[in-house]
Amino acid sequence: MAILLDEKSRVVVQGITGSEGSFHTRESVKLGTKVVAGVTPGKGGTALDGIPVYDCVRDAVERQQANVSGIYIPAAFAADAILEAIEAEIDLIVCMTEGIPVAEMIKVKQALKGSGTRLIGPNCPGITTPGTGKVGFMPNFIHKQGNVGVVSRSGTLTYEMIWQLTGLGIGQSTSVGIGGDPIVGCGFIDILEWFEEDPLTEVIVMIGEIGGTAEEEAAEFIRGQVTKPVVSFIAGQTAPPGRRMGHAGAIISGGKGTAEEKFKALERAGVLVEKNPAEIGRRVQEILITEKN
Amino acid sequence: MKIHEYQAKQILMEYGIPVPRGSVASTPDEARAAAEALQGKTVVKAQIHAGGRGKGGGIKPAASPDEACNAARAILGMQLVTHQTGPEGKKVRKVLVEEASAVRKELYLSLVVDRSRGKECVVFMASEAGGMDIEQVAETAPEKIVKCAIHPAVGFSPFQARKLSAALGLNAEQQKLFAEIVRNLYRLFLEKDCSLLEINPLAITEDGRLLALDTKINFDDDGLYRHPEIRELRDPDEEEPLEVAARDAAVNYIKLDGNVGCMVNGAGLAMTTMDMIKMAGGEPANFLDVGGGASPERIEQAFRILTSDTNVKCILVNIFGGVLRCDRVSAGLIQAAKNIEMRLPMVVRLQGTNVEEGRRMLQESGLRFMVADGLYEAAEKAVSLTK
Repeated sequence: MAILLDEKSRVVVQGITGSEGSFHTRESVKLGTKVVAGVTPGKGGTALDGIPVYDCVRDAVERQQANVSGIYIPAAFAADAILEAIEAEIDLIVCMTEGIPVAEMIKVKQALKGSGTRLIGPNCPGITTPGTGKVGFMPNFIHKQGNVGVVSRSGTLTYEMIWQLTGLGIGQSTSVGIGGDPIVGCGFIDILEWFEEDPLTEVIVMIGEIGGTAEEEAAEFIRGQVTKPVVSFIAGQTAPPGRRMGHAGAIISGGKGTAEEKFKALERAGVLVEKNPAEIGRRVQEILITEKN
Repeated sequence: MKIHEYQAKQILMEYGIPVPRGSVASTPDEARAAAEALQGKTVVKAQIHAGGRGKGGGIKPAASPDEACNAARAILGMQLVTHQTGPEGKKVRKVLVEEASAVRKELYLSLVVDRSRGKECVVFMASEAGGMDIEQVAETAPEKIVKCAIHPAVGFSPFQARKLSAALGLNAEQQKLFAEIVRNLYRLFLEKDCSLLEINPLAITEDGRLLALDTKINFDDDGLYRHPEIRELRDPDEEEPLEVAARDAAVNYIKLDGNVGCMVNGAGLAMTTMDMIKMAGGEPANFLDVGGGASPERIEQAFRILTSDTNVKCILVNIFGGVLRCDRVSAGLIQAAKNIEMRLPMVVRLQGTNVEEGRRMLQESGLRFMVADGLYEAAEKAVSLTK
């Protein structure tokens, strides 16, 4: 089981012939991912390691029954690529691209409404379901199959957390990077809801950061609708206000979106807040041990 | 990206939004000439990227060209301190000389992006309480702020202007002018990829006109690639010199006040590293994300920027190697440390792909690297080196 990526997932890579697209396609194949097609406009009819390349997403859906898309396309063309995948009725889009203008993402969100498509990202490291496969950048070696669901707004910090769990012998059901932009597709709430429903997931790790109110909204949701234990950390306790901390969405504006506010909201919702990220793995371990007894 | 008031007013003018006549000056003589051309009373306004200039003495009225010249002499070159500049203030290099306006009432009008879940769109905010800090109004009298969300697919409709102007108590004549301003502002916001567009105050003048007396426009950095005309408005004098150098080197860097310099891959991990330094009893000197595919050249550039900050007493390198292998990072670190003759002590924490090889290379390099294993241990070691 796990969430989002499973044995029925058939992946098309948009931008498969680019240097990032081809590298990460090959890495994901090594992890067992079923990559059934690629799309690069103008390169239809060619192939990458035997994976057929098409000119448009619709062809990949019709000929190869692709239902998941991974997007590795430069920022200026990425929103258009997402819209193309929505139009082709892809079930799940994972967009890794950083730097898509906010105005474009407002349009994308509009196009998603009423469609059957779910979007992860942009500006995210992707999704990995250990034992099934991955879409995105996450390094292959960090994962281990298991029962902890991981959801995060960042990249390398997420790897760090997953690696900590794996180092303690704790596996993951699915790890999801939702992206560091101000406007992203699926948010914490969507992923939390799916982890809650997923029989494989026992504990949830949620890694937030400064900016916006996604963590506060998630806290509200957890209080009402999540029965599984959630361990959480928020990055950016020392970030100065008014500055964009690398991620376009990581900014404290008008005194709102601080780590402290988020920690408080999560604590009030009964989330196990851990301010030292080096301790996240051990906190999860404690929970798993207590639950077994 | 931020721009100056005089630049923002030029953009408003291009979109048909009324602003006072005026021109920019960088010397007292230029200010005098500007005031002569305007005739009558003027206002001399310091141009810095911060609000609250009036209270800090950065805005002065002038009854004559001589007074405008004197006002400019007082303002130009001053370190203007406002609630947004920090205690050191900002040096004033330009003033805007504008015709003075007889104001009957001051309003507030702005456009922002609502990023909250399910509501992603552009929103107008308006208030009768103009000329004040809107965050203060939001706190003390939130009922005085009206909001109006623009549906992204439908776009702006005239009824939305009527809704806002009714809440502002405008008369029929003013409503017409206001509707035109609102329509044009929305067009500007989208066409130029703005992230914030604020007119505060939007004045109703004694003779019944609407006039944008002060304005602030911020742009979405991710939209700048398609606006060369906006990129040209960037004023490097308003930015921290090290941050300008970092941007040129494609390194994501923000200067802070502490003494532990850090170099990290990934924004989330970089923020976390800062948090850990603080938790270990130290203060981070900066935020620095070298990016995913950090080449030896990029690492060297990052080192140069870190070491140019004279507050830095030691450097903490925290890399989680995925695609970027740890041995490659070590090679880059060693090369960079040799090239720039690094004298500062350094704690290096590597994790991930080829970590053993990476650590061995550092230890055998003969350079002063202290190797750490855990995230917190690395921060503790770095902080101890500053004491």
